[in-house]
Amino acid sequence: MPTIRIDGVEYEMEAGKNLLESCLSLGLDLPYFCWHPAMGSVGACRQCAVVQYLTDEDEQSGRGRIVMGCMTPVTDGAIFSLDGDRAKGFRESVVESLMLNHPHDCPVCAEGGECHLQDMTVMVGHRDRVYRGQKNTHRNQYLGPLINHEMNRCITCYRCTRYYKDYAGGTDLAALASHDHVYFGRHQEGVLESEFAGNLVEVCPTGVFTDKTLVNDYTRKWDLQSAPSVCTGCAVGCNTVPGERYGRLKRVHNRFNAEVNGYFLCDRGRFGANFVNNDERLESPGLRNQTGSYDPVDHHHALQVMAEACSGARVAGIGSPRASVEANYLLRNLVGEDNFSPGFNDREHKLVNLALELQQASSAVTPDIRSIESADVILILGEDLTNTAPRLALALRQSVRNKAFEMAADLRLESWQDAAVRNLAQDQLSPLFIAATGSTRLADVAEENITLAPQNIARLGAAVAASISGHAGEDLEPEIAGHVEAISTALRAAKRPLIISGTSCGNAEVMQTAADVAEALCQSGQQTMLTLTVPEANSLGQAMLAGPDSPSLGKLAADGNFDVLVILENDLYHRAPEPEVERLLATADTVIVLDGLDNRTTSAASLVLPAASFAETEGTLVSLEGRAQRHYPVFAPKGERRPAWVWLLACSKELGLSTAADLHHFDDITRDCAANIADLAGITGAAPDHHFRNAGVKIPRQPHRYSGRTAMRADISVHEPKQPVDEESPLAFTMEGLNRSQPGSLLPFVWAPGWNSNQSLHRFQSEVGGPLRGGTAGMRLLGPGQAKESGPRENPPAFSPTQGQWQLVPRYRIFGSEELSALSLGVAELCEDGYIEIRADDALGLEVGEGDGLNLNDGLATLEVKINNSIAAGCIGYAAGHSGTANLTPGENISLQKAQGWKRRRPQLIGSDRSTEIGSGND
Amino acid sequence: MSEANSMNLISALSQEELQAIDAEIAHVPYRDAVAIDALKIVQAHRGWVSDESLSAIAAHLHMSADELDGIATFYNLIYRRPVGDKVILLCNSISCWIKGCDNLQQRITEELGVELGETTSDNRYTLLPVTCLGACDKAPVMMVGDELHEDLCEESIIRILGGSTTP
Repeated sequence: MPTIRIDGVEYEMEAGKNLLESCLSLGLDLPYFCWHPAMGSVGACRQCAVVQYLTDEDEQSGRGRIVMGCMTPVTDGAIFSLDGDRAKGFRESVVESLMLNHPHDCPVCAEGGECHLQDMTVMVGHRDRVYRGQKNTHRNQYLGPLINHEMNRCITCYRCTRYYKDYAGGTDLAALASHDHVYFGRHQEGVLESEFAGNLVEVCPTGVFTDKTLVNDYTRKWDLQSAPSVCTGCAVGCNTVPGERYGRLKRVHNRFNAEVNGYFLCDRGRFGANFVNNDERLESPGLRNQTGSYDPVDHHHALQVMAEACSGARVAGIGSPRASVEANYLLRNLVGEDNFSPGFNDREHKLVNLALELQQASSAVTPDIRSIESADVILILGEDLTNTAPRLALALRQSVRNKAFEMAADLRLESWQDAAVRNLAQDQLSPLFIAATGSTRLADVAEENITLAPQNIARLGAAVAASISGHAGEDLEPEIAGHVEAISTALRAAKRPLIISGTSCGNAEVMQTAADVAEALCQSGQQTMLTLTVPEANSLGQAMLAGPDSPSLGKLAADGNFDVLVILENDLYHRAPEPEVERLLATADTVIVLDGLDNRTTSAASLVLPAASFAETEGTLVSLEGRAQRHYPVFAPKGERRPAWVWLLACSKELGLSTAADLHHFDDITRDCAANIADLAGITGAAPDHHFRNAGVKIPRQPHRYSGRTAMRADISVHEPKQPVDEESPLAFTMEGLNRSQPGSLLPFVWAPGWNSNQSLHRFQSEVGGPLRGGTAGMRLLGPGQAKESGPRENPPAFSPTQGQWQLVPRYRIFGSEELSALSLGVAELCEDGYIEIRADDALGLEVGEGDGLNLNDGLATLEVKINNSIAAGCIGYAAGHSGTANLTPGENISLQKAQGWKRRRPQLIGSDRSTEIGSGND
Repeated sequence: MSEANSMNLISALSQEELQAIDAEIAHVPYRDAVAIDALKIVQAHRGWVSDESLSAIAAHLHMSADELDGIATFYNLIYRRPVGDKVILLCNSISCWIKGCDNLQQRITEELGVELGETTSDNRYTLLPVTCLGACDKAPVMMVGDELHEDLCEESIIRILGGSTTP
């Protein structure tokens, strides 16, 4: 390890790092702007300047040269000065020059109080504004409903375009103009197209890009009450920090987890949690009266009604893959194992259980995100990851750069030399093969984009698996055969191959063959990774809890042998075809629904219990990689709202169930579940229990600068109510306690002296960019499995289109395919109504064009037409999860007719379409 | 962007322009490497690069309009707004400044009635400053259209601008 000297003190450094990150890892304050741990160095801002001396004599005489910390590798014997007057003076003048055009509008800036520019300005000691000239001003752009633009605050560090273009693969944000007119924005105003644009809020070191929903409902960071949470937007399980004030969820920030989401979130995760503030939230328990409307009742009364209904009756329970393991477990105990449905529709039930089974039985490793980013050859079967498991797609954009890093390593170029590595590699990427039912949002970085019907994707997978194991493949359709050789050759040559598939294309064979490919690679001795996506935040946990033999919704409806139906956080109308739901609900005399938001299922209930949202309750969720993670209430639920587990536990006790007798705390449920469900035995390791104390005290949810607590309710009463007491976790709803050195799963916010922005994170990491000092949050429940012996399986049958029929394939959108995020402010503006994607030649035959309506199967659904030539021939895509599409089943063959009397809606346009429209209009 | 859309966009360019751009593309390994040349070609034909032209070039080079605009706006001799028939590039760099370019600019403004960055009402001239024309030994200098004019004085300016007005 190289030893270097900084201001006379010797330090042992890790080789291969740059001086800036090494200094930060040592806890030394070296200011910076353009460098980012996930994006490497370009040396653009000149802020991390230090003085380097060649010899001891130079150091004594002060004869050194200014170098940039981020561009300087640590080499043995190097001598630096951080604190010398020259280095400090230089850094101060850099901030002064960067600030020439800065408006100093901190009091009205949403970044104020967590601004890296503020921190750095204070750190370098730049205090007096000398410049008296005119400042440049800019016009701001409308960048959509999620991100606010205020260009005047820019210090031209270029982090935004480096993140947006280089890291996230966006194409519609550019550095425009030159010298002191540089402008970061779009060619024309419009919604930013990248699904990861929201990270600009955290990447920008000042207030150019800010969270628009926060700006419009503002609270400073120091006034936010926060707790460690887990995103419920998809199954990736990104760690988040939601912040609350006045009982409203104000914003979501990234919570670093080296193995799950690193530094970044997708926009569904960042902006899709606002449904917590939705007006449709249920306030109090409601009992349906004779007129069909609901009478509000208090929680004692509601519990009595529920217990009376359940007592002695045949009760069935429908759990939910968006509810926690604990709530589902209690419901399962309440109704009995045989009467508990995990709440999947039939297809989902089969596919999610298959995803679990395949991973448990695979010799391949289920990778965490760092392993995904290390993959050098990737095969995706049937997934549009950017819209189904978005954070993984962002990780894959880094995986394909491994080719560049290999080229750099050959030249002994450090991987953090970002500009040099990119320049060297140009457009060289590690191979990524995507076979999907239409084009995907990763198409731009894929070596081959193959469009096939789901059955043929499975055939392609099977052929690749056969080719890898050296079996002769059968005769294949030409559209498949042409790709097998390239894919299997690349995979065989890979050091760290990664196979990705999942439930989203609705076809079990696709997932099965993906596992076969991974197995074939394992058999040939390769370290192989296999990722299978599942739909929701706790889908995998539900499969672990209930297993494949539990009843799906369809099976429950068919059995129909019960009086009472208890539905936990599950809008059945959103999940299953309407006739099936109607049949299911009709079988029960009493329907009891626990949920947070009003929906069609709650409207069918005889008793509704308002459940706390993810932000108001604790819970364990199992992510797609089988990681059990705990989320904590950010704030106490208002009024009569209770966490679902509290409702269910109280009801179990009311009924005198022996299974609930020893359960008092949330932790008791977790422990009980771990003891009784083999697959979930590890969940107690997801986080410390409520007895945990950090150096003898609790961990505060509020920063020590939290202000106005006594004044917050003064308009109602000057008597300040007692703060809620959290008896279920080591966190407290106060400022008192210690937010330092705790386990990684208990980090409610990051702050360190002098570091008010999210850049303070490095003070909580073992080294810059490394895992949290307190350990990585969560507990993996899936280890590498043992492959079951199985003979060669039959090749799945090919897709044969029927004349006059099309096969339905689900197509996903980051905004709109997920139920709850679509109800969030901002995100709702970007969601579209349900639609059908159809090839132009098919549209021509049906005499419809873009914006017309199509009838599916004579009235199954009527949806708007979008022309998409990338859809596999013989298939039509539909907007999965969107309004009007719940009756559609993937894989179903349907007929199409032009909808008569359809009223065209003006389509919502994204920016590039709009410029197209303007462009073609002027032709 | 769909194929049809990008074809629509590209149709904003003339055959002549497309041929010239394609000739440049033949010399380079990446299409987007000819971005600057393509902008210059279109500007040579049309005098400036409109938003429509820019989107068309971007589509033809398989890049986003945003990316290309980043390049177009970086260079001050790519005009993203309409200019007059001829652009007057008056050098204001050190040699020309010492030799009194400020007075010359004053004189031009009086003669044509335009400040820096403005176009005459008859659309003949646009007056722009430029940082160097590489003719410091003959300062002060300016370019009018494609012609370089050296050793300027107030009289010669009148002559040049008056002279240029006659066809």
